[in-house]
Amino acid sequence: MSETRELLILGGGLVGMTLALAAARQGIASHVVDMADPASLTADGFDGRASAISTASWNLFCNIGLGERLKAQGCPIDAIAVTDAMKPGRIDFRPEPHEGSLGHMFANRTLRQALFEAAREEELIEWHAPARVTERQRDAYGVSATLANGEVLKGRLMVAAEGRRSPTREEAGLQLARWDYKHRAIIVGLDHEKPHGNVAWEIFYPAGPFALLPMLDGPDGQHRSALVWTVAERDAAGVLALSERAFVSEVEKRMEGLFGAITLNSQRSSYPLGFQHTARMTAERLVLAGDAAHGIHPIAGQGLNLGLRDVGALVEVLVDGMRLGLDPGDAQLLKRYERWRSLDNFTVALTCDSVTRLFGIPGRLPSAIRRFGMAGVQRIGPLKKLFMDEARGVSGTLPRLLKA
Amino acid sequence: MTIATPGTNADLADQATIRPEEAAHFGRLAADWWDPDGSSAMLHKLNPVRLAFLRDAVNAHWGKDPQSLKPLAGKSALDVGCGAGLLAEPLARLGASVTGVDAAAENIAAAREHAAGSGLAIDYRDGELEALGLGAFDLVTAMEVVEHVADKQAFIHGLARHLAPGGLMLLSSPNRTPQSRLLMVQLAEGLGAIPKGTHNWDDFITPPELHDLLADAGLKMGDPCGIAYSPAKGLHLSNNLALNFIVTARQA
Repeated sequence: MSETRELLILGGGLVGMTLALAAARQGIASHVVDMADPASLTADGFDGRASAISTASWNLFCNIGLGERLKAQGCPIDAIAVTDAMKPGRIDFRPEPHEGSLGHMFANRTLRQALFEAAREEELIEWHAPARVTERQRDAYGVSATLANGEVLKGRLMVAAEGRRSPTREEAGLQLARWDYKHRAIIVGLDHEKPHGNVAWEIFYPAGPFALLPMLDGPDGQHRSALVWTVAERDAAGVLALSERAFVSEVEKRMEGLFGAITLNSQRSSYPLGFQHTARMTAERLVLAGDAAHGIHPIAGQGLNLGLRDVGALVEVLVDGMRLGLDPGDAQLLKRYERWRSLDNFTVALTCDSVTRLFGIPGRLPSAIRRFGMAGVQRIGPLKKLFMDEARGVSGTLPRLLKA
Repeated sequence: MTIATPGTNADLADQATIRPEEAAHFGRLAADWWDPDGSSAMLHKLNPVRLAFLRDAVNAHWGKDPQSLKPLAGKSALDVGCGAGLLAEPLARLGASVTGVDAAAENIAAAREHAAGSGLAIDYRDGELEALGLGAFDLVTAMEVVEHVADKQAFIHGLARHLAPGGLMLLSSPNRTPQSRLLMVQLAEGLGAIPKGTHNWDDFITPPELHDLLADAGLKMGDPCGIAYSPAKGLHLSNNLALNFIVTARQA
């Protein structure tokens, strides 16, 4: 049986591994368990998912020593362009210097690679992947997870960072408030002929929004963007089953030559769109972090920022407590984490919800207000808010790790 | 809400600080000590507050890095009136080799069980401090104890004898003020926030009285810090000494 570590982190994705690394930098040891094989998660063309990294999230990466590794791998977002079905006329939102940055787009794969490399070098992280958890246990003294190979991992605090469908959350009976938009986001990486000029595009179609998030050029100078295409649930399977050529042609139809000819540079993945939020983020010796606690719309790639704030807050609460000699699973520490994070997460999730509704769930908005002017003005506000709130620190108290 | 007097062990030599009915009272609460929502809930809330004061005092006294997770590594600590180990366990996690003493055997039994579950090696002893023949310690703590002992002077002298040269002592107690009578005895015990019969207001001690007791034992008291309560902040460190206070002491 392996040693008891302070943290037993279930889910070693972006949020879970950032947490392990941030904790390790403060002298806190962890077990990290993930089902997936790290090699496949960082393989070229694994998925096209990308994240907008706010200034605050960037500070976190720098503070845990990933700044050098990641520098120059993110594409700055200089402006957001909003159009109505590519009709003439568009609104550009370009922040004034005093309004701060819209963040940088990173391929999730790039972030994962940097995190995994750093985790391998970190003695305080014991990484178990691929490994399946067959049993979880929590009691007054500690937590444990039994792996499929029979190994038992022990810790003082269990962290569920397994994403939206967190089995640990389900097993703990932490209730989610959720509603389903009956839509899916299809996400894929695009190579395109013309440069994007560091502009994020939000193109509104009656069937749902179509977002192009600017990425850095590929190794051979290919211009790249991440596509987030919202389709009705009933159409999603069909769109995903299209041949690559047919899929590209559907995408090109909606881009109307904006960036010239396009090809795909990743697999297609899809995510159901829904609003989900837990009022309770903790139970006995258990905390939820990242999408396990709050799934938000991927339209602006902001979900990770929220998860990284969970990480910053949790590490701060744990370190503050452990410097006083408190057990990392102490109920009072968990209460502080929950108070700190649940309102912030709810606020951002609600913003995303309102954006999603404004983005034109079909039939909800009369066609009249979908005409350019009105729609643009209505939509740009929440969009801007979505990109900028994280960097500003909407909850008032930004965790120390997310400060420069 | 801990105690330094033996409950049943009547043949102990030094009877100076005995108050058997108090030991019995805390012994009855032993099983519930570690439930953060149980009868010791107020003590759980108090714990991080007094630990924050302790941590600052440790940093200042020994020049420790505030970032360190083990500032007491290599130090010995004695917690007198340790109850079920609410303070002793954090001291052990901070790196100290800890001895915990409590008059109530039930408390020590609960403390031993909990430390074993937490994977902490703590030397727990039940009985009267003076009768245990312990040596001197770098850190001596007696939190919420002095208000429960009958002979306060003898008690403080006993603590002083166990403080190693250059060591640090920490004490906390409710203050004897009209506010503490109203809030801690009448209101908190009346509402059940603190178990009934925990405090006897007449036994509370004021900071100047404690100062004099310590001076008599050759110790110099630091500036007292208040532990106050507000609905917004809960229990917190404060300049207001009216309710509860915490002090450091060292050899004069």
